[in-house]
Amino acid sequence: MSTDATGADATPETADEDELAALRARVEGLEEQLAAARDDDADDRKRVTIISTKGTLDMAYPPLILASTAAAFGWDVTVFHTFWGLDILHREKGRDLKLSSVGNPSMPVPNAVAALPGMDAMTTRMMRRRIDENGTATIEELVEVCLETGVDLQACQMTMDLMDYDEEDFYEGVTTGVGAATALRHMADADIQLLV
Amino acid sequence: MSTEHEVTERLDVKGLNCPMPVVKAKQAVDGLGVGEVLLVTATDPGSMPDIEGWAGSTSGVELLAQEEGEEDGETVYRHYVRRVE
Repeated sequence: MSTDATGADATPETADEDELAALRARVEGLEEQLAAARDDDADDRKRVTIISTKGTLDMAYPPLILASTAAAFGWDVTVFHTFWGLDILHREKGRDLKLSSVGNPSMPVPNAVAALPGMDAMTTRMMRRRIDENGTATIEELVEVCLETGVDLQACQMTMDLMDYDEEDFYEGVTTGVGAATALRHMADADIQLLV
Repeated sequence: MSTEHEVTERLDVKGLNCPMPVVKAKQAVDGLGVGEVLLVTATDPGSMPDIEGWAGSTSGVELLAQEEGEEDGETVYRHYVRRVE
């Protein structure tokens, strides 16, 4: 009887010790996971990914203004340029982006007049004068600010090939050799995703 | 109205518009030591909500005060920003 009693006492004690050791190990594991999660949070800056597809003067502004401002917030910013959006990064074409007079109901002239030769050049000149008078930054200035402040300006490789652009055509610091998979990976990780 | 702050650096962004006052303010703040104060003077009225929004969402900067004043006959907006980390 007494042996049985000792045995009966010993079993729960051993079980308690095993259980305690398992719990301790579990707590240690959880503490490690918590510390790792906190580390992740520590450098968890907000991320922004903008897809820039347009190369007209008016449409070049929003991605660059948002990107440079987001960089000033200390956020991690990527702008993926594809199709006509590549022209923004192009050293020559980027200085000479144009406004389209046709198909824009905000223009003070009817489409039939807007379609006449020289109209795009004229509205572009007017807009450039307004930009200058208003103290609005130029596209080149914004591209330079973006590059200076750590915005990752990317040029889609497929559309670069399609439009016969070379890495040397772009501002120094532009990331080339990237594609849709890179853009998607950044979008998946981003808090804010925009298509312009 | 004037605000008493020990100003370390001054940044003149008069004549510049969105997003430049914020972008230049950030670059200037990055050059400050912790505790130092930057005075940003702008003519863009949009700089009032923009600098406030930027300072409120950016770690390491604190907006001490904003005020409207006049310099050479034009309205200016002054922003006092301190680097806190």
